[in-house]
Amino acid sequence: MSQNTKNYYLPAPSFWPLIASIALFLLAGGFSMVLNKIALGKPLMIAGGLTLAYLLFGWFSEVVKESISNFYNKQVDKSFRWGMGWFIFSEVMFFFGFFGALFYARNVSLHWLADTHGLTGAHMVWQNFTATWPTAGPSLKLEGSMKPWGLPAINTLLLLSSGVTLTWAHWGLMKNNRKQIIIGLMLTIALGVLFLAFQATEYAEAPFTIKSGIYGATFYMLTGFHGLHVTMGAIMLTIILFRVLKGHFDSHNHFGFEAVAWYWHFVDVVWLFLFIFVYWL
Amino acid sequence: MSTTTATHHDDHAHDSHGHPTGLMRWVKSTNHKDIGTMYLWFSFTMFLFAGALAMLIRLELFQPGLQFVQPETFNQLTTLHGLIMIFGAIMPAFVGFANWQVPLMIGAPDMAFPRLNNMSFWLLIPAAILLLSSFFVPGGAAAGGWTMYPPLSVQGGMSVDMSVFALHILGVSSIVGSINIITTIFNMRAPGMTLMKMPMFVWTWLITAYLLIAAMPVLAGALTMLITDRHFGTHFFNAAGGGDPVLFQHVFWFFGHPEVYIMILPAFGILSTIIPTFARKPLFGYASMVYATAAIAVLSFVVWAHHMFTTGMPVAGQLFFMYSTMLISIPTGVKVFNWLATMWKGSMTFETPMLFAVAVVFLFTIGGFSGLVCAILPVDIQLQDTYYVVAHFHYVLFSGAAMSIMGGVYYWIPKWTGHMYDETLGKWHFWLTTIAFNITFFPMHFTGLAGMPRRIPDYSQQFAEFNMISSLGAFALGLSQLLFLYVVIKCIRGGAKAGNSPWEGAHGLEWTVPSPAPFHTFETPPVLK
Repeated sequence: MSQNTKNYYLPAPSFWPLIASIALFLLAGGFSMVLNKIALGKPLMIAGGLTLAYLLFGWFSEVVKESISNFYNKQVDKSFRWGMGWFIFSEVMFFFGFFGALFYARNVSLHWLADTHGLTGAHMVWQNFTATWPTAGPSLKLEGSMKPWGLPAINTLLLLSSGVTLTWAHWGLMKNNRKQIIIGLMLTIALGVLFLAFQATEYAEAPFTIKSGIYGATFYMLTGFHGLHVTMGAIMLTIILFRVLKGHFDSHNHFGFEAVAWYWHFVDVVWLFLFIFVYWL
Repeated sequence: MSTTTATHHDDHAHDSHGHPTGLMRWVKSTNHKDIGTMYLWFSFTMFLFAGALAMLIRLELFQPGLQFVQPETFNQLTTLHGLIMIFGAIMPAFVGFANWQVPLMIGAPDMAFPRLNNMSFWLLIPAAILLLSSFFVPGGAAAGGWTMYPPLSVQGGMSVDMSVFALHILGVSSIVGSINIITTIFNMRAPGMTLMKMPMFVWTWLITAYLLIAAMPVLAGALTMLITDRHFGTHFFNAAGGGDPVLFQHVFWFFGHPEVYIMILPAFGILSTIIPTFARKPLFGYASMVYATAAIAVLSFVVWAHHMFTTGMPVAGQLFFMYSTMLISIPTGVKVFNWLATMWKGSMTFETPMLFAVAVVFLFTIGGFSGLVCAILPVDIQLQDTYYVVAHFHYVLFSGAAMSIMGGVYYWIPKWTGHMYDETLGKWHFWLTTIAFNITFFPMHFTGLAGMPRRIPDYSQQFAEFNMISSLGAFALGLSQLLFLYVVIKCIRGGAKAGNSPWEGAHGLEWTVPSPAPFHTFETPPVLK
């Protein structure tokens, strides 16, 4: 970050936005076809995925290059901080919608379906359905549910610990202690990957599926998107590790690290909510 | 729009300032003015297309009976008319205004993230292709209404998936764009421009951007649950599996209600810009306008179920939403009164932008009143899903949002092109639009009260006269927008030269730069007095 660039950096005309547009078009069009069993869909989606990977790598590389060339002044740094903050807020709202669905299903529609208070008359339609959670609804049988105090509790410890190791790594960065940063980051990534491995085991061994009524739907939607975000976070942490190894950061100038750290802590907090409201209560 | 001409063999050429010309100028743009122009042209094209769909709708509804389209086709027309107008016309138009005006108004050289800004625009293209091409897939376009309620939308064909993904892409465009706008407004104002010195248009866009970031992800959630119910066997909206179709309505309208304020707050900002200019008086009660806008935004998150009064909600819930909805009319009323107070004892002239602004204040208020009527729970039980609701939202969305956009175009086009538009033709466009609009939509209050349901291609005999009147008005309304297109193109190609500040009563940083605004402005921040 340079103090001698007075002007806010305005990037040169770029074709990345068009690539983004093409990537999402191929993905969306391809996915529509795949879902409707049109053969062209799969190659389109693969093309879209490759384009997206090319886009993300290319665009972020360009930004990294601009950053280490000292094009960005303090004002641009502030823009990035605002930008990352509000992006994470939008992700919070995304999970908020799914949590809302979970709370509505459990606390409202479940009682109306089971006619707990005799108000809806639903007992005339679903005679033997009582309002217990978890449930696969009046028509389906729930094969089982997730017990919180096994692997999920361990996963909670893993993610919480990864937050600690990441903070420790950050302190290392601020003290210019290279070993501390690298070990801290590697531990964080390892804990994240272990989390994902345990989640995958849980998914494989779970007696119920996403089709198991409202419980299965909400469980897999919430934990599934969370897992996706952990995956993205772990990839981003790995990239930051490479950047550290290449010497991109110094003790005062490392917003890339901070942005990814914020994202990782957000992923951790979402897990805490998941553990409490999806696994436990 | 500057007067650089495009030449095809110059695709990779660079002019002396180092930015490309020709097609690549637009594809690779990082310039807020060019991107604003692209948004505006995109939105005008979508507006005309969705308007054409409306013409087909009104053609079928001209007389009772089925004359022109099958019911399935009719439902596709109404669904796509709604989706394209909301997501393809109104929202991109306001983003176009934001792109052009916000950096100029705050003295910034461009948006905070110029490449992301271009991405937000170019994402509109795949979304539009997905939506428009959905007419041509087996089963035709989505036909369950723009609100896409399950279980009907769960049963729809491939076009539902295409529409859902189009909306996902539009959501990414809007969220990224809103992050850009908030960051620009917070981080890039000229020194001395405190928040309470910003033009109202900037305030309304700041608040709108917050609404977008909070609401669009929730829509994404609802749409994702719809996709999994359709293709992955989930039971979110299926009672047999313990789900509930009404769950979709809750999640959808949690997005949907802030969405309608997203579509009107920038319009309010435009009104707060035009009216002080042509009254030659400062905006009355600037601070209360800011607070009222913020209050509307906050309240917009706690009223969503007024779209769901007839779903079987407990009375306590219905009452809560009725009271909270009625509350929103208070800050809205504050704004209407402040616009009137701005005009009071002003030195008024009525050029085309002001004609539009005054008409909007009057007609939007009618729309607000019909909304208040709908908010009254026992009344809404009768009016839900009737033409009364159609009348209400067209009054707020057409004579509110769309006519504000038209007024804004007339107001700022001298800045964008360097030419004054043809005032006589502009006035013709205004009067034709306003009169035709009222002929089209005012009778719908009566048909709704008389019990005519929405979204039907054929109707009982007793609604025939009013429907014929509405259709005649609609045809006139549609034709008069072609006049708008002519006026805009004519202005781009030439007209009386506009100086820095063609409007006598206009204030603001955008009027300190030449017309047309140079490609780069405020490369060094201006000093504010």
